Amino acid sequence: MEDVLTYIISRYNYWAAIILLLIGLYGMIAKNNLLKKVIGMSIFQAAIILFYVSIGDKRGATIPILDHGHGAHHGAHQAIEAASYANPLPHVLMLTAIVVGVSTLGVALAILQKIYRVHGTIEEDEILETIDQ
Amino acid sequence: MSLEQHAVLLILAPLFGALIISLIGGLHRRMAYLLIVGSLGLSFYSALATLKQVALHAAEGPLRYRLGDWAPPYGIELVIDPLNSLVLAMVSGVALLVAIFSKNTVRQEIADRIHHYYTLFALLVAGLLGITATGDAFNLYVLMEISALSSYALLARGRGLAYYATFKYVIMGTIGACLYLLGVGYLYIKTGTLNMAEMVDFLARPELLTSESIRVAFILIMVGLWIKMAFFPLHGWLPNAYTRASTTTSCLVAPLMTKVSVYIMIRVMFGVFSVAFIHTTLGWSKVVVWLACIAILAGSFGALAQTSMKRMLTYIIIAEVGYMVGGAWLGNAAGLTGATYHILSDGLMTACLFMVVGAISFKTGSDKLEAMRGIFRKMPITAVVFLVGAFAMIGIPPTCGFFSKWYLIKGGVMAGQYGFVVALLISSLVNAVLFFRLIEIGYYDEFDADGKPKHHRRIKVKEAPLSMLLPMVVTAAMLIVVGLYTNQIVSGLIKYTIPAGL
Repeated sequence: MEDVLTYIISRYNYWAAIILLLIGLYGMIAKNNLLKKVIGMSIFQAAIILFYVSIGDKRGATIPILDHGHGAHHGAHQAIEAASYANPLPHVLMLTAIVVGVSTLGVALAILQKIYRVHGTIEEDEILETIDQ
Repeated sequence: MSLEQHAVLLILAPLFGALIISLIGGLHRRMAYLLIVGSLGLSFYSALATLKQVALHAAEGPLRYRLGDWAPPYGIELVIDPLNSLVLAMVSGVALLVAIFSKNTVRQEIADRIHHYYTLFALLVAGLLGITATGDAFNLYVLMEISALSSYALLARGRGLAYYATFKYVIMGTIGACLYLLGVGYLYIKTGTLNMAEMVDFLARPELLTSESIRVAFILIMVGLWIKMAFFPLHGWLPNAYTRASTTTSCLVAPLMTKVSVYIMIRVMFGVFSVAFIHTTLGWSKVVVWLACIAILAGSFGALAQTSMKRMLTYIIIAEVGYMVGGAWLGNAAGLTGATYHILSDGLMTACLFMVVGAISFKTGSDKLEAMRGIFRKMPITAVVFLVGAFAMIGIPPTCGFFSKWYLIKGGVMAGQYGFVVALLISSLVNAVLFFRLIEIGYYDEFDADGKPKHHRRIKVKEAPLSMLLPMVVTAAMLIVVGLYTNQIVSGLIKYTIPAGL
């Protein structure tokens, strides 16, 4: 039992991502209101962004800006320990993913607005009723 | 300009084309059209130059282009090998033909702000070409979303119910892309790189070959891509979204989006993972090929039930995706050759048939099967193009459709997957039924109850305008030319894409 608990706690970032993913997926599949589906989609994307951000982190690491880098008078040649800086690459990737997420959200909301104009509702079952007629 | 810049130019031309069209395309009513044809023409020219270069040096490995001259582990590189040079030429060629074709249909269907439409058109093509050329797994995700976002916006500019259909596609497409991204995250954790060529080396290590996380990564990426390509159980979004789109959009999106997704699948399977991983460690080949069989049959019989030509073609796309996925998973060289060759031939024949449907609905205002009544005498050239496209879809030589089926069936027999062979044959028969029914409707006039033709008047030839006929005739000719040059394409290009061990 204790092993399982340690197993879960030591990887809490993954668990958080998985729970968020499932919440998002549930929202997209089960919700009847299309706006709630869009919210689910955003949660789904946010979960993956958080997953990536969390894997760049290291214990006791700081932001990846060199303390005594470039042009400093003392210690310019000091060795750089990779372990003391967080991995910036996943964070940089996620900047792009956030941009993608925002544009997807924008397109989805624009389409939603058009759906409301055509069908007069954003409830899925009511839209399907108008289509059948 | 030096020769090696063609590799990047083929993506930059539509990308900057999109920017320029959005800025100055609205100034004059024909400006946007000329700009899109110009930028895609430049892109197609570069793709052909790259194809020629790759074909001449096919045995020496891929052409690598470093963006901004940053070395691979830090920078992004374009990797162009025989496999994607073929796809690049197909994508840019079909896009150019559809752009020429679109002159009248866009004016008819999208009356206002044509330049916004063409901006999205160019962005979609830039995204697809980027996906195909890139050698970086994350870059691929970004470009996939660029093309997906522009396709959402394009598909939504259709008729009445297009918005709801597109909304479903947005949700499904986003799930697909996110699963791909998550899979790439797993791969990044395990290998520490995003460059595909570097990943291959890491993933070939025995401790990673059997790793559980790598297996999960592979499954996530595959499911994501299967959603994007509308592989059988995940195909629900496709028919509505494609049918309700405007003519030009469906001509552009239907041949290209699914085919490029199939290309990514083949690239990921053999360019990131390895034959040993897929066929030995994972051991799923049989299951996926059976799924492909179901996809083929479901698509074919779904097509039989339709009363709209466009909708019928969307179901055929689902069947064709089954062909390619099945071929790639058969686990032998003939199957993979068939799948790769089919990306090329299916892109062309889908484009051909969608353009025919576009021309008919442009003239008659409907895409119902009944709209084809007597159309062959009214539009003789369109009819010939339709026949060539239909023969390619059925698989009658010398069209390219025959040769891809030949390789796929050969692969199926060699792998002992007779279910796949039977599915292919049934699907060909169903296609024959579908298209001969259309030929009958198109050839004969309406009959009255006594079985006599209703109209005795002479039917005037009312052919589609030249801007539509030209790309249609070129596509139809390409179906035959590609068929005739099958041997050269296979032995000069595709042979080099078959990974060792197959």
